[in-house]
Amino acid sequence: MAWRKRREIGKAGWGWTGFAGIISFIYFFPVLWIILTAFKSNADVLSVPPKFLFTPTLENFVSVFRRSYIPGQAAVDTGFDLFFFNSIYIAGTSVALALVIGTLAAYGFSRYPLRGNDTYMFIILTTRMLPPIIVIIPIFLMFRLAGLSGTYTGIIALYTAFNLPFTIWMMKSFFDELAPDIEDAGRLDGSSERRVFFKICLPQVRAGLAATAVFGLILTWNEFLFALLLTGIDTRTIPVAMAQTIGGDIGVRWGLLAAIETLFLIPVIVVVFALQKHLLRGVTFGTIKR
Amino acid sequence: MAETALNDTRAPLGITELRAGNWRLALLVAVIVMTVSIIALPGEISFWVSLAAVLFVGLSIVINAWGNSPGPLLVAPALALLVVMNIFPLMWSFGLSFFKFRVNRLAPPKFTGLSNYEKILTDPTVWDRLQTTAIVVVLTVTTQMVVGFLLALLFEREFPLRRVLLMLVLTPMMLSFVAVGAFFRFYYEPTFGLLSQAVRVFTGEVFILQATPAGAMAGIVIADAWMWSPFVMLLVVAGLVSVPKYLYEAAEIDRASWWRKFRTITFPYIRSLLLLALLFRTIEAFKLFDIVFLITDGGPGTSTETIAVYVYRLGFQAFRTSQASALSYILLFVVIVLTNLYLYFARQRDAQV
Repeated sequence: MAWRKRREIGKAGWGWTGFAGIISFIYFFPVLWIILTAFKSNADVLSVPPKFLFTPTLENFVSVFRRSYIPGQAAVDTGFDLFFFNSIYIAGTSVALALVIGTLAAYGFSRYPLRGNDTYMFIILTTRMLPPIIVIIPIFLMFRLAGLSGTYTGIIALYTAFNLPFTIWMMKSFFDELAPDIEDAGRLDGSSERRVFFKICLPQVRAGLAATAVFGLILTWNEFLFALLLTGIDTRTIPVAMAQTIGGDIGVRWGLLAAIETLFLIPVIVVVFALQKHLLRGVTFGTIKR
Repeated sequence: MAETALNDTRAPLGITELRAGNWRLALLVAVIVMTVSIIALPGEISFWVSLAAVLFVGLSIVINAWGNSPGPLLVAPALALLVVMNIFPLMWSFGLSFFKFRVNRLAPPKFTGLSNYEKILTDPTVWDRLQTTAIVVVLTVTTQMVVGFLLALLFEREFPLRRVLLMLVLTPMMLSFVAVGAFFRFYYEPTFGLLSQAVRVFTGEVFILQATPAGAMAGIVIADAWMWSPFVMLLVVAGLVSVPKYLYEAAEIDRASWWRKFRTITFPYIRSLLLLALLFRTIEAFKLFDIVFLITDGGPGTSTETIAVYVYRLGFQAFRTSQASALSYILLFVVIVLTNLYLYFARQRDAQV
């Protein structure tokens, strides 16, 4: 027994890659099919039986931004360039704000626990866990009274608050993992508390900051219900615009929708690949680390 | 040493002491002012009064923290924002739930006590929607646990190109609900949808998945389970990887059967993570809105209308604002209980690992 060469436990070879590859491919197929559909002409999209081989065209991608509503007439702007801008601007600003405010708070919760620290953390997590539909009614009323509905300020403030619980929990989990020795050494050398934070702690959690920012961006980028009820024509984001494309009366142009989705997908797939290490922590809002 | 120097050495203020930094007193005053203003004043004025009261409490907390340990100052901005954008609206809607109020009418809110709650709890529609939600939760969470577990067995070991294949499987989880809803609507489309065409090959008839309540339900469950099984997989893989290898080696020497190895070695390591996955997914499935909204819109009839969709209809289509608030509060209670359980088990596991 001992002299026979045994494979190490938990390791597998190319055979397993083939097997896993087939299953992964099947699992990924719905996404793949949408990407393929985006490159099809309108006739190919609706063909029965479905076409696996076709001449790719960029027609759909062009008509995301400019298209003629009546055949033969001049193309009109669809406003999707504005919606893409809105999505990027709103998500970017609110995540940046949440990151600054949330990282400070996370550091506070991690290093200077308040009385009832756990209760604060629990309440903060609860605000993230509760169904958005619960908060939306009072927020809707509040925004109407304050004249904030349909403005960038309103939706950015709301999304900042929406990102905060996630940011605080994530960043706290990263701060908690740091070894306190280095900080104490810094303090003994006479570093001020501010210096300890900026020069010792923050550089060590750089990867965590990046992961938190990117997860926040995706969560905000994907958010639908708040955007549906609180953005106006000028501040509409992509998910809302997409849902409205489906809800159109003249029949859905699936090729067009697939093109929008494909544009929407690219950043997400890149992120999933780059952030695999932090994915577990990210999707559980920092409550599970390993 | 550094820690003790930072801790608050002053005696805490008594609640009746009249000082700017006595935030407990400020909180008490603020709650009284808000309650009175919500009951006595018209909506618009009571809103600003309440907001001022909240800011007053915040200010008091900051004053209390000044020159003390930096902790409260660090967390103050975050808490302030959360209070203004989350807690305060929640308290407001709690107040609203005791009034008769419709957002599309000019009539001022009228105090009606518990009647909204009474209406909600005796309404058979609410119970029907809760039942629908329960069915969705049970079906989708079970499917996710099973599929996620099987996927985890696949990705538990190291093999070439694992990272790339993992990317393919993990992508659905990070997509937006709207995108997933749109995907599956496209696949369920009766004439050219992939699923309908695949079924037609076998039956020769046009297949409309969403024509029957059971089919529509299956459609939602498939979409949601496809999206979130990778989540369960991620947690289970984390558990499987944490099992020390020497235990398996020892079991190999003892020639333990596969089942025995699973039961005595593997399962104890993944049990807590399975529980966490179950709770997390239950909370999330309980608030399922976007997928239902996009794929079936609650239909056919109201057979797939989950409670979240129902609250939306009640609040934004029927404009029964205060009744929707009351129902929201009942949902909030459920979520708080589940979140509490989740955190309890998460902390327990954290202490073990």
